[in-house]
Amino acid sequence: MARPPLTEADLIDQYGPHLNHAPPGGWNAGIAVDRVVNTHCCFCGQQCGIKLKVAGNSVVGFEPWYDFPFNQGKLCPKGVKRYLQGAHEDRLLEPLERTETGFVPVSWPSAVDRVASEIRRIQAESGPDAFAVVSGSSLTTEKTYLLGKFARLAVGTANVDYNGRLCMVSAAAANKKALGMDRAPNPWSDIPLADVVLVAGANIAECAPITTDYIWRARDRGAKLIMADPRVTPLARTADCFLGLRPGTDAALMAAILNQLIARDLVDHDFISAHTVGFEDAAAAVAAMTPVVAQEITGVPASRIEAAAELWGAPGTGVLLHARGIEHHTNGVDNVLSCINLGLATGRYGRPGCGVMTITGQANGQGGREHGQKADQLPGARDISNPEHRAVVAQHWGCSPDDIPAAGLSYQEQFEAILDGRIKGMLLICTNPVVALPDSRRVREALDKLEFFAVIDFFMSETASHADVVLAGSLHEEDEGIVTTAEGRCVKINAAVTPPGNARRDWEIILDLAKRLDAERYFPFEGPRDIFEELRRVSSGAIADYAGMTWERLEAEHGLFWPCPTEDHPGTPRLYEGGRFAHADGKARFIPVTYRPPAESVDADYPVWLTTGRVISQFLSGTQTRRIGPLVDQYPQPLVEMHPRLAAALGASEGDLVRVSSRRGEMTAPAQVVETIRPDTVFIPYHWPGASAANQLTNPVLDPVSRIPEYKVCAVRVEVVGTAEATRDRRDMTLTDEAGT
Amino acid sequence: MSALEEFFGDPDVGIGDKIYVIDQSRCIGCNACVHACTECDTHRGHSMMHLEFVDRAKSTQTAPMVCMHCDDPTCAEVCPADAIKKTEDGVVQSAAKERCIGCSNCVIACPFGVPEYFPEYDVMMKCDMCYDRTSAGSEPMCTSVCPSEALWYGTVEEFDATRSGVLCNDFQFGNNRVTTAVRTVVHEPGPLDALLGRSSEPRVVEDPFGFDEIGLPEVLR
Repeated sequence: MARPPLTEADLIDQYGPHLNHAPPGGWNAGIAVDRVVNTHCCFCGQQCGIKLKVAGNSVVGFEPWYDFPFNQGKLCPKGVKRYLQGAHEDRLLEPLERTETGFVPVSWPSAVDRVASEIRRIQAESGPDAFAVVSGSSLTTEKTYLLGKFARLAVGTANVDYNGRLCMVSAAAANKKALGMDRAPNPWSDIPLADVVLVAGANIAECAPITTDYIWRARDRGAKLIMADPRVTPLARTADCFLGLRPGTDAALMAAILNQLIARDLVDHDFISAHTVGFEDAAAAVAAMTPVVAQEITGVPASRIEAAAELWGAPGTGVLLHARGIEHHTNGVDNVLSCINLGLATGRYGRPGCGVMTITGQANGQGGREHGQKADQLPGARDISNPEHRAVVAQHWGCSPDDIPAAGLSYQEQFEAILDGRIKGMLLICTNPVVALPDSRRVREALDKLEFFAVIDFFMSETASHADVVLAGSLHEEDEGIVTTAEGRCVKINAAVTPPGNARRDWEIILDLAKRLDAERYFPFEGPRDIFEELRRVSSGAIADYAGMTWERLEAEHGLFWPCPTEDHPGTPRLYEGGRFAHADGKARFIPVTYRPPAESVDADYPVWLTTGRVISQFLSGTQTRRIGPLVDQYPQPLVEMHPRLAAALGASEGDLVRVSSRRGEMTAPAQVVETIRPDTVFIPYHWPGASAANQLTNPVLDPVSRIPEYKVCAVRVEVVGTAEATRDRRDMTLTDEAGT
Repeated sequence: MSALEEFFGDPDVGIGDKIYVIDQSRCIGCNACVHACTECDTHRGHSMMHLEFVDRAKSTQTAPMVCMHCDDPTCAEVCPADAIKKTEDGVVQSAAKERCIGCSNCVIACPFGVPEYFPEYDVMMKCDMCYDRTSAGSEPMCTSVCPSEALWYGTVEEFDATRSGVLCNDFQFGNNRVTTAVRTVVHEPGPLDALLGRSSEPRVVEDPFGFDEIGLPEVLR
C-alpha cells in the first residue's frame, strides 16, 4: 500500500510547496557572482539558451544568452525565474523511507537495497513485467537512454514508458506513418520565411512563447496568420483568420480545408504526383466534408473555412504549427495526419519556409522518446518489435536479442494494469501522474494499490508522497548531458552546481541500482559522457542517428540537428529536401482521415464542453513552478474560463465559485468570465493538485495508436456554488486610506 | 574583472543611436519583462514595468509600459527636490534616493502614469532604461527577454529594415504636447492624441466566433 503517510496538510507543511521569492540570502545579500554557465532552460521544448549566474554552489540569477541562435536572449517568465528552484527549502536532501508516522531519512545503501530487493521480490512472485519503470522527458538524453537500458537489462521488464506519452506521441506516430520518421521537419528559422502560418491547437503565446517572435517575423514580411483554437489566445487575438472551433472537431475542420483546396484547385499537382502516394484516397475521405457540413460539426462559419483554404492554398511558402490542442485526443493521430495532408497537398515540405511542425512540449520531448525509454522503441528511434533492430541493439549491449523484453504497456495503461493486478511495483522518475494523468482519483487508487513504489525526485511531488522510498535526485542545473529541442536540435546542458546535501545525480542512483540488481556488466559508465558515447555508437545507422555528435561540437556549433551520422557531417536542420521522404520509396503517404467525434459528448446531464491546458507562468504538473513565488503570484490558482453567455445561463458572475463536474469527479474554482472562449466550452488549466486538479474531470480514454489520453475534450456540468469575494486592489486601498476612512 | 563585466562591455559606449520601441499590439501578456525587471541589480526584487490587461473580459490584449523618457520630463519639472535627472543621452533617471522627499508629485504629474512611490523605502522609483546595461552598450532586461519583441531595442535603421508599423514619439495630452525618447508603434504617421485615441488601430479579431454569420450557438443543451 503506497498511501501517503501523513495528511495533506502535514505533507505541505513539511515538504511544500513553499514559495521561494528571492535569491539565496535575499535581494540585498550582496552576492558576488563568481561564474556564469551557458546552458538551457529546464522547462519546455523550446530549450532557450540561458546564462546562469552562480555564487559558490548556488544559482543566484540569470543573464540573457544573446548569442544562442534560437532565442537570442529571449525568455518567458519561467525561464527568468527558474533559478529560484535551486537553494529551495523544499529540496530533498537525502533518501527517505515511509513509516507509519511520516518519511524518515535513511542511508543510500539501505534505500538502494530496499528498492532492489523489492524489485526482485515482486518479480519472483508475479513475473518480470509486474515491476514497471516510468520516466520523463525533462531528463537529459543520457538519462533517458540509461533508464531504457536499465529497465530492460537490469530490471528485465517490458513495462517501461515515459511521460512523453502524455505529450508528443500523437505527432510522433503521425509523422512516422505519413513521412517515415518522427521529427519536426524544419528548423524554426523556416517560420519567418513562410507566407502563411497556420496554427492548429497551439496556444503559442503561453506554451511556446519564444515561437511568437518567429511568427511575427513572418508577419513583418507580410505573412498571413490563421489560428484554430476554441479560445482567442493572446496570439489568436491578432490573427488574420480565426477558426474558433468546438473542442474535438479538429479533423473535421482540416478535412473541410482540404476539401476546399481540392474544390478550388489550390493543390500542388506536381508535388503530389512526384513525391506522394495515396492522394486519391485522402481526397475521397474529405469529399463529403464541405464547409457547410463542417460548420455544423465545428461551429466555425463556412466562410471562414473557405477563407482559410484560400489563404493556405495561396502560392508561396507556408508552415503549419500544431501542438497538444489537436494531439490530446482519441483521434490525436488522425488530427495530426489531417494537418500533414494539408502540407502534402500544397507541396509544403522540404524547402525553405515550408513544413508541418509539431511544437514539442517538454524540454527533451524529442530526444526523450528516441533512445529507449518509450515502451515500443529502442535507441536510435528503433522499433522494438523489429528483429533486425533488436539484433543491432543487442549486439551493442552485449546481450542476446532474447534478453530484450518485447514492447510493454504505455504510461496510462500501466496504471490500468496496477488496478487489475498485473503491475505490483513501480520505480518512477521525472513525472507526477497524480497531477498529470487524467481521472486523478483512479491514479491515486492505483498508487495506493502498489505493493512497492519508489520515486526519484528533487522535491516531494504529490506522487512522491505515495512512495515507500523517495530517492533524492538532481535538478537540471546539477547535472550535464544533452537534450533535443522541438526543432530536432541537440544542445548541451551544462551543470552549474552539484547536488546539495546527500542528494545524488539521477544517473548515479540508477547505476547503483543496476549494480545491486547484478547487471553491472551492462553499465560500464563513470558519468554522462560515457553514456553519451555509448548512445552515439548505438544510434549509428538508425533513424535518429547521433553518431557524428560530440559534446564539444554541440557547444561549439550551438547544437546539431539529427541525423548527424559522422563527425564531419553538418547535421540536418531541414528534412525531406527535394521532396525525398523517409519511407523506403522516398514518398510521403497521404493517410485518409475520417472525422470521429470525441469519446464523450455533451448531453443533458453534462451539457458543457471542457478543455484543459496551460498558463504561461506554470509548467506541466507544477512540481517546480508551484514552488517559485513570482510565478505563483502571476496566476495563483485555476480559474474556470467561460463566455458571458454561458455565465448568464448559469447565473454566474466574474469571480463566483463554480463547481465543475464530470462523470469522473468534480472541482470548485472561481469563474473568469471572458468573451475569448466559445460559449459552449469552459477551460481550466491543469497545473494544480488535489481539490484544484482539473485532471479530476478529464477522460482517461486513449488514442488507439498513440495511447495519448483525451485531455482536450470531455463533457461537464457547471454550477454556481458561491459568490465572488470582494476584492480591493492597491489603488482602492490607497485612495481609501488617504481619505482617512 | 568580475564575471558579469563581460555582459556590460565598455562603460563609455553609451546608448548611442539605439532607440526603445513598444509595439503594444504584439504583446502577449506573458510578464517576462516584469519578472526580468525585478532581477536588476539596482532595484532588486521590484519591477519598474507596468503591464495590464486593457479589458480582460473582452480581450487578451495587454499593455506593457516603461518610462517613455520624455524630452522635457514632467516628472523632473514638478519635482521640488530636483531629484530626477536626465542623462546626456536622453535617459530620465529614477529619483536620487538622497534627494527624493517622497512627495509623489511626479507620480501624479506623469502623463503616462509611470513613476511609482514605494513607501517601504520612501522613494520614487521608475524605469531608467536599465542605464547600467544600456550606457555600456548592452540591452535593457525587458527588451532582451520579450518573447514577441513587443518591447524592442535597436537602431531606427534596424527597425525599418525588419519591422512593420510606423514609429511615433509625439503625444498630445489635451493642451500638452509631449515628445519622448521611447517610441510606440502606430499604423500611420503623425502625433498620437491620448484623448482622441487616433491612429493606434489594434490588430484584433472582431466577432471571433462568427456569431454575426451563424448566430449565437446554443450554450446549454
